[in-house]
Amino acid sequence: MTEQIHEIRLTVNGVEHETAVPARRLLSDALRHDLGLTGTHVGCEHGVCGACTVLVDGQPMRSCLMFAVSAAGHEVTTVEGLENPDGTLGPVQQAFRECHGLQCGFCTPGFLTTITAGIAENPEPTEDEARDMIAGNLCRCTGYQNIVKAVCRAAELARESEDVQ
Amino acid sequence: MKPAPFDYVRPGSLEEALQALAGHPEAKVLAGGQSLVPLLSMRLAAPAVLVDINELPDLDHVNVGADGVRVGALARHAQVLADADVARVQPLVTKALANVAHATIRNRGTTVGSLVHADAAAEMPMVLQLLGGSLDVVGPQGRRTIPVEELYVGPLESSLHHDEIAVEAFFPALAAGTGVAFEEIARRHGDYAMCGVAAVVTVDGERVVAAKAGYLSVSDIPAVVDLTEALDGEMTNASLARAADAALAVLEPETDIHATADYRAHLARVLTARVVSAAYQNAREEQQS
Repeated sequence: MTEQIHEIRLTVNGVEHETAVPARRLLSDALRHDLGLTGTHVGCEHGVCGACTVLVDGQPMRSCLMFAVSAAGHEVTTVEGLENPDGTLGPVQQAFRECHGLQCGFCTPGFLTTITAGIAENPEPTEDEARDMIAGNLCRCTGYQNIVKAVCRAAELARESEDVQ
Repeated sequence: MKPAPFDYVRPGSLEEALQALAGHPEAKVLAGGQSLVPLLSMRLAAPAVLVDINELPDLDHVNVGADGVRVGALARHAQVLADADVARVQPLVTKALANVAHATIRNRGTTVGSLVHADAAAEMPMVLQLLGGSLDVVGPQGRRTIPVEELYVGPLESSLHHDEIAVEAFFPALAAGTGVAFEEIARRHGDYAMCGVAAVVTVDGERVVAAKAGYLSVSDIPAVVDLTEALDGEMTNASLARAADAALAVLEPETDIHATADYRAHLARVLTARVVSAAYQNAREEQQS
């Protein structure tokens, strides 16, 4: 059978992209292969590991459990969209750097997007709440202690930058 | 790990969606997709057409009335979980939803989608079964209400026709003098439970007037057991042991990679006592407040 191709418009990190994909193209693959945004990582590809988590209209979602055609018309934010407007590291990225929140870095994009939405919803997470926030993301290096620290530090940095503005 | 090719339609109205389904016996409805997309990616399912209902209007409601909670087909788990009125009118829905996968999955997955997926390892089909709720579906013949007793017919199989779309689920309100509790045990946070139990207990003073428990992952279809007779009005260690016996007489735990049948039976026994007694406490508190 010839496969139907859909012309879609994807808004990623505030930029509109036009692309043509078959309906079965996963959002994760569309981001990486069609748009060249390889910051989003693909781990298990069935929704368990959390590496491919992106924000859809601000909410963390698994990009491997969505089709690109379904994402058309929605605002997608990937790890590439988390830096500050001036190009410096965003608060969650900065916190990961300060707290040694990554080792091999494979799971990191999914953690960064999840935590970005998490601290927007809960700007002052306790350590327990930080653990709960990242419970859906797996780190194969098992670096969870430092990731939990990074969640609390990221919240602190985000609050400080709010104060400055 | 890529889905097989399929045709895709994203209708803007329920009528168009029904037409798309009617024309293709091999079509499948896509809502949140948190169960469906993995099935497609692993090629355990390969529908010819996907009808994406995410853009249909007026289906993302959560309406709470004195009689219960009505959840639209596009209401995400997260939205239902965050609704304070739902927690007030039927707290079991809220307690169970907190155990559905992870927050990220709950942001996309829909409660009605989970009900239709009919997985006996999932929380919400069991909760609907335990509460005696119903599901409204729309098809070429119009709208009909399926009582939950007629909804689950086999493993991962509901009585929906292929040309019907589930539009709204109804969870009845908590009755007076009644308490609820939910607990599950999983290998890892957010995984499917090896066993889970929910209970609804009605009291009159200290006496148990009625008690039912629902079970996850220890049967092929969502299982509910009436424990009223086994408890015989009292809440004691002895009556809880009788209740667990009564439940295990009905349940059919199986061995898989996560747990042996014996271990699941053990969990069902322990959780029955724990959850039924917690629901009893909850009912006593309700009565006193």
